[in-house]
Amino acid sequence: MAEERRPKQCTVVLPTESMKAMAESIGVGQLQEESCAALSEEVSYRIKEIAQDALKFMHHGKRRKLTTSDIDHALKLKNVEPLYGFQSQEFIPFRFASGGGRELHFYEEKEVDLSDIINTPLPRVPLDVSLKAPKEQQKAESTEPLKVVKPGQEEEGSIQKGQGAISAEAKGKKEGLMRMKPRSTHELSVEQQLYYKEITEACVGSCEAKRAEALQSIATDPGLYQMLPRFSTFISEGVRVNVVQNNLALLIYLMRMVKALMDNPTLYLEKYLHELIPAVVTCIVSKQLCLRPDVDNHWALRDFAARLMAQSCKTFSTTTNNIQSRITKTFTKSWLDEKTQWTTRYGCIAGLSELGPDVIKTLILPRLTVEGARIKAVSEGPVVSNIDKIGADHVQSLLLKHCASVIAKTRPLPDNMEQYRADYGYLGPTLCSHVVKARAQAALQAQQVNRTTLTITQPRPTLTVSQSGIGGSGGSRSPSIIKVPSSLTLMSTRPGTPTQPSPPATKYIVMATSAGASSTQQVLDGSLVITLSSSSGSSVTSTVASATSTLQPLVKLESRAASGLGGSRPLQKYIVVSLPTSASSSLESKSGMLPPSSSSTSPISLEAGMKMDHTGCVPNGTLLPI
Amino acid sequence: MAAVQDGQLNLEVEKDIKTEITNDGSGNINANSSSPGSTSSGGKSKSPAGSGEDQQTLLAVLQFLKRNKLTESVDILRREAGLSADADDSPVSESAGAGSGGVPSVGADGGDANSLLSRVSIATPVAPPATAPPKVVAASGGEDQPDVNVVLSAYSQQGDPVLYPLYYNGLKKFIESVLDCHRAELSQVFYPLFVHMYLELVYNNHENEAKQFFEKFSGDQECYYEEDLRILSSMSKKEHMKGNETMLDFRTSKFVLRISRDSYQVSCLGKPEMSRSLWQLTITYRMLSYQLLKRHLQERQNNQIWNIIQEHLYIDIFDGMPRSKSQIDAMSGSLAGEGKRDANKAKVFYGLLKEPEIEVPLDDEDEEAENEEGKPKKKKPKKDSMGSKSKKQDPNAPQQTRIPLPELKDSDKLDKIMNMKEATKKIRLGPDNLPSICFYSFLNAYQGLTAVDFTDDSSLIAGGFADSTVRVWSVTPKKLRRVKSAADLSNIDKESDDVLERIMDEKTASESKILYGHSGPVYGISFSPDRNYLLSSSEDGTVRLWSLQTFTCLVGYKGHNYPVWDTQFSPYGYYFISGGHDRVARLWATDHYQPLRMFAGHLADITCTLFHPNSNYVATGSADRTIRLWDVLTGNCVRILTGHKGPIHSLAFSPNGKFMASGATDGRVLLWDVGHGLMVGELKGHTDTIYALKFSRDGEILASGSMDNTVKLWDTLKAFDDVELDDFTAATGHIHLPENSQELLLGTYMTKSTPVIHLHFTRRNLLLAAGAYNP
Repeated sequence: MAEERRPKQCTVVLPTESMKAMAESIGVGQLQEESCAALSEEVSYRIKEIAQDALKFMHHGKRRKLTTSDIDHALKLKNVEPLYGFQSQEFIPFRFASGGGRELHFYEEKEVDLSDIINTPLPRVPLDVSLKAPKEQQKAESTEPLKVVKPGQEEEGSIQKGQGAISAEAKGKKEGLMRMKPRSTHELSVEQQLYYKEITEACVGSCEAKRAEALQSIATDPGLYQMLPRFSTFISEGVRVNVVQNNLALLIYLMRMVKALMDNPTLYLEKYLHELIPAVVTCIVSKQLCLRPDVDNHWALRDFAARLMAQSCKTFSTTTNNIQSRITKTFTKSWLDEKTQWTTRYGCIAGLSELGPDVIKTLILPRLTVEGARIKAVSEGPVVSNIDKIGADHVQSLLLKHCASVIAKTRPLPDNMEQYRADYGYLGPTLCSHVVKARAQAALQAQQVNRTTLTITQPRPTLTVSQSGIGGSGGSRSPSIIKVPSSLTLMSTRPGTPTQPSPPATKYIVMATSAGASSTQQVLDGSLVITLSSSSGSSVTSTVASATSTLQPLVKLESRAASGLGGSRPLQKYIVVSLPTSASSSLESKSGMLPPSSSSTSPISLEAGMKMDHTGCVPNGTLLPI
Repeated sequence: MAAVQDGQLNLEVEKDIKTEITNDGSGNINANSSSPGSTSSGGKSKSPAGSGEDQQTLLAVLQFLKRNKLTESVDILRREAGLSADADDSPVSESAGAGSGGVPSVGADGGDANSLLSRVSIATPVAPPATAPPKVVAASGGEDQPDVNVVLSAYSQQGDPVLYPLYYNGLKKFIESVLDCHRAELSQVFYPLFVHMYLELVYNNHENEAKQFFEKFSGDQECYYEEDLRILSSMSKKEHMKGNETMLDFRTSKFVLRISRDSYQVSCLGKPEMSRSLWQLTITYRMLSYQLLKRHLQERQNNQIWNIIQEHLYIDIFDGMPRSKSQIDAMSGSLAGEGKRDANKAKVFYGLLKEPEIEVPLDDEDEEAENEEGKPKKKKPKKDSMGSKSKKQDPNAPQQTRIPLPELKDSDKLDKIMNMKEATKKIRLGPDNLPSICFYSFLNAYQGLTAVDFTDDSSLIAGGFADSTVRVWSVTPKKLRRVKSAADLSNIDKESDDVLERIMDEKTASESKILYGHSGPVYGISFSPDRNYLLSSSEDGTVRLWSLQTFTCLVGYKGHNYPVWDTQFSPYGYYFISGGHDRVARLWATDHYQPLRMFAGHLADITCTLFHPNSNYVATGSADRTIRLWDVLTGNCVRILTGHKGPIHSLAFSPNGKFMASGATDGRVLLWDVGHGLMVGELKGHTDTIYALKFSRDGEILASGSMDNTVKLWDTLKAFDDVELDDFTAATGHIHLPENSQELLLGTYMTKSTPVIHLHFTRRNLLLAAGAYNP
């Protein structure tokens, strides 16, 4: 006999109270108890019968859910008038009320204001039914019916490439082996999945400290190769979503991830450029990147992304993929378009000018006159929107900044104001003064190094520019962008040591143990060792303990500097800003190596969570103690 | 109506003979066995009572006909039944009560019916007139109709309600105590007995006793009867029985059981040296199960149970070993027990019809011939051999003209040529060579997709929707175009070569077209083989024929008054079958607005319909959990296949016509040998209703698609090979199914969230699947 218990056969009947309530609702008062009982049994039976019939309609409707229309059809089958127009937003449309010692459930019929209904905007028309098939299908049908139907479209998972086998056999080849080959990329181990989750969450999360650590990890970990496709998809999807939502902060975080990925010497991004480049270009030229274009500083993001673009052009452009020329064309095309908005215009110019002096010379300088006229129209013409004005201002300063240096190098002296006006139109005079300045600066640079740091805070758009000139340094420093959370006060550091000669061309190397690879961890309790060494002989080493276990390769840059390290600095943090290309020479991997007291003796007490992105133009790394 | 009545009559008559024969047979055996007296007399005494019962039904039918002024039918019925004209004039109750008066006419019955039998090999074993009128009753508001009372009155003989559980328990104890080999067979009796005892209690207003009885014993029933038990449990009053279809099914049809007669001769022949006393002992132990049961009941004076067995059960006794539990389980599960063995005895011409010979224009070869002389010669003999194969008449095939088929048009011939060309590029599938599956997902269907069909050449897809629309998509670059209006057509140069192209209206070209016309969800859809027509059946009770040239409705076939669950074109076009909630399958021809045949016999809704590849037979699956095969020519039911445990929702014939597959809500696929009427395989694996089944073009692979979002492929070649068909199994129809169907499973393919509603193999053996994405 049937051992497995079936669900209990339903012998429930409606309570007699319901009968009474229903009878009252149609005007029959004082129904006798026996009549109620008889009625309730009858009604229960009929309801069950109808429900059983309705099930039939559900089955034939090829559904798993019983709908009201099934009930209607079942009623129709019994020649009962269906309940037309039954609809309810809620699962239980009944309200409960009690009073006079009785409990009652009733159907609430609210009064509806017609004007409300009339005035509400029409709901969106539901999409029409459409038929979807794997794209390959049509081609396959017409030419060769045995094409592999692309798996993953709908037939997901265990699809076997039987078709491949068949076509192979059709050619008379031995088949069968390729049958089970899965399409999907490598499965990530649990640890990697955890790592990926942690990293991505940290990168877009609210905690700046975590983000810095995560980006650091991305930029340095050698074992990320398997996760690269995931990362690139994450970024491209993220940009796609956040551009639409004008979420400037997240876009910046994502660009910083791109930056970090690019910085990782063990990763080769070329295979994923198709996802990354569109994301980056979007951040450069998108019409709108933030909710309040008049206040938010999206210009910095454009600059930053433009620099990223330039860097990837330099790194990955080959004669076959022609990234640089394709990108240049893209920028030029939208720049030349009359209707292009100022934001996009800015992005295009930034993108082009980051590509180098040659590009500026050939593409931007000839357009200066036209662009100047346009800027003039905005700034001197009738009052236009504030946004346009800001845009024009930014474009102007951008043009001046980039063109001036190029002109200073290429244009022979003298710098005649009138001549400039003739050559470059509206922008001529200002350009002239900039060029003069640039020339003077170039002359000065022999003795002085200029560093401009631009900080942008998110989400509060206060722009702090701090400039710290450090004397005695040989190389010139280009501006770099530092993004800091607004809670931090940014100040020019290295206090009191302007006279101290900082060594030129300092190289800092960050050593990080590979994720989960215990062999490289010589230090106990899984701490990571970061060695900072300068090529000039002075180097700073600090052990940074990784709080994570060996299984979870999330690097936490918590400084746990022993008292012996670096003298009298109990808490310190170094953030490596740039990696030299030829870092291997100065690689120091031993943990115990304590260098002599170094040049960076300034008491650097900093709060964790600072992150800086170096710019592509910085020839050498800068150690920014904050 | 008249035709149905005929069938009904034959059945009743035949039943009489059957009972007589069985009883005689049992009597003979008893004479040999050690306990003769009581059993044989019991058997004999039963026969007049049983025929009186039948007569009573007959008279009720006659009265019904009379009342409805169907005098012609009355005459025919009377003549064929051999009833005297005054017999039916007497009140029903009288004739029913007068058992002695019935006896002579029954004798006449027998003689007459024998001659009838030679004419009609198999009669429909169910009484449709009894099921049809109650529906009318329900429709007209529950007015009493004598027919129903007649049907129900059988329950009026009343025992002491308190004793019912005792009776049942006694039987239970007895069956549990018998030999193992008999136990499984005898326990089949439990379910029908339980049902009928319960119904008797309910009918006689012993509500509480009925409830107690149900609670006490419903747990003992096989789990596959759950659905019916649920319906039964809700029925607790006599009033409920009126108009309840399930109840009527139980009453009007006899529950068929197959119980073995342990072959006395076989067991004794091998042991001649056995001593007399030992022999006796063997005999008592080896007594046939049926006799065992009978004797038990008579010893205990258990008339109540015995009456039920006599009246409501049809015990089909066979010679041979008792079946095992698993064998019984495989076959049982339907609403009315297993099919009678002799119901599956009729010959079925399952072979394919000879393909018409078509000159295949050798244009491809001609071109090659210009390049190379040798090639066409090589190919020609091949083609001849293929042709000769089809020229030879398949011995199992029906006569070419058994069913008049439409003549081939030129366009059909062209299509056939295309088909043959495609077929040469067909991939041979096998376990190592699985087909690719291309899934067509319907997006934004909002749960409304109810039916899908592909054209044979896979160029069009049609979908039926719950919002009463039918939509047709073209899946080739060729767009769907309408024929121009009549006024525009008159301007066309009819002599031009591209006239077929010119009649199409370019402006209407689109990828999909919507057909409006139904007023209820569209549940069945079918393309005609020539792609000119589309059929759709709907909840509104109509079947509609649509033109795919003008994209308009051509005909609405009215006949089913209730939802039409499925419709299917014949593989040769012209004919189509429809079946629905009214339990009658109708065969139509496109140019007749009334059905050509009505196939009555199912005890519940007809849920799916399918033509045999040779168009001579029609298979219907039903919610009564049986599949029936009907002969299109005679309208007879030639196969009753039982074994499913839930409503059947999909059917498929193998391309050679020899086998059939069926899928049901229980998630199992069963394979059937059509020629022998046997179950030959059971494929377990799906977890939900199977809505789609399809054999590959060569029949090596069966694809099944289910509500559980999977497509599974099965190795049918192996499944059919594994079946050993010796004479014994062929005779008894009891087959040992291979235990493990997992070996036959070749692959499972998951969709993301799309129930698979339809499957189709293209002519090159690519598998297409379709369903609505269900977010």
